Amino acid sequence: MREVIIIGSGPAGYTAAIYTARAGLKPLMIASSVEPGGELMKTTEVENFPGFPNGLMGPDLMNSMQEQAERFGTEILFDDVTEVDLEGDVKKVTTGNGETFEARAVILATGAAYRELGLPREKELSGHGVSWCATCDGFFFREKNIAVVGGGDSAMEEAMFLTRFATKVYLIHRRDSFKASKTMVDRVLANDKIEIIYNSAISEINGEAKVESVVLENTVTGEKSDLDIEGLFIAIGSDPRVGLVQGKLDLSDDHFIKVEGRSSKTSVTGVFACGDVIDPTYRQAITAAGSGCVAALDAEHYLTA
Amino acid sequence: MAKNVTAADFTAEVLNSEKAVLVDFWAEWCRPCHMVAPILDEIGAEYADKIEIVKVNVDEQPQLAAEYQITGIPAMKVFKGGKIVAEMVGAKPKHALLEDLAGVL
Repeated sequence: MREVIIIGSGPAGYTAAIYTARAGLKPLMIASSVEPGGELMKTTEVENFPGFPNGLMGPDLMNSMQEQAERFGTEILFDDVTEVDLEGDVKKVTTGNGETFEARAVILATGAAYRELGLPREKELSGHGVSWCATCDGFFFREKNIAVVGGGDSAMEEAMFLTRFATKVYLIHRRDSFKASKTMVDRVLANDKIEIIYNSAISEINGEAKVESVVLENTVTGEKSDLDIEGLFIAIGSDPRVGLVQGKLDLSDDHFIKVEGRSSKTSVTGVFACGDVIDPTYRQAITAAGSGCVAALDAEHYLTA
Repeated sequence: MAKNVTAADFTAEVLNSEKAVLVDFWAEWCRPCHMVAPILDEIGAEYADKIEIVKVNVDEQPQLAAEYQITGIPAMKVFKGGKIVAEMVGAKPKHALLEDLAGVL
């Protein structure tokens, strides 16, 4: 049996791994088979992570965290957790290829998954013009008219990035002001290729084999209009990934894992949670990292008590 | 490692193949593509009698990417008897890919 298993490999998971590994707890990290590194693997430049005055690339930051975690003896498994049994002193974690691992403590750092618009054609047209990843799919929209929907930093970043390829990028937002940081909004406003469509929500995605247009509904007047586009990039936020622990741990009303006060302690003894899966408010790489540190220290305290 | 296919040999290698062929449309800069490639290699090895895995680099073969209307990668299309019989988009864990391929394997 192991001391601790960490599920997830974003900044929270890796920080928890670095701390528990340095404490000699030989953590096993289950990092996911196709999305290790988490959300930062899909970003480009990270400019606000302390210690990097010239910024760095998201994937480079995550590779460095992995290296640092491995340096102190973290064992990393590139597989997905399909089931957890968290009751009692011995926790069981089962992976996609059917293996079960046991540990005295579990740290959940499963992060958040991209939110969908919830429109009828959205799923079918995913990969056929509907995308959640500008850095992955932007390339295919060279000299095309496309749209980004959303109002936060990630929507701004996607819109800016897509101007490298697209002729025109519409930025569709439900309100008349943005939640994104001023730096990002200023860059978007200054970019000639981006046209902002305020007070509008997408009510339909149209197209047979691929995206051809969307129907916009004005959130103030209710008026509808068509917008011809070949690509739609969705950046409307994310939801905590709690599927694994549904019914096993207490969740908040908005479906985040509940933790005790400023700690990482969940409703089950020996199970700790950190990062975006517990954070409805801040959700930054650095706050997730800090939260991962908290979970590691809580787990260490629990294991040595 | 899966074989690279180009516009020049696509017909011979994919459309005229007797076995089912899974074409993995990918690019060097696509991280999810790098994550899914070894999983596809595993599937190719485990089901070698049923399916062959080949790769098309969309940077080098833009005409094939356009012909098959690729707008997001990794995109995987399974051909049998010259026709597409299954399609998948995005990197997925092995068990999910096997589910998608259930009709072919």
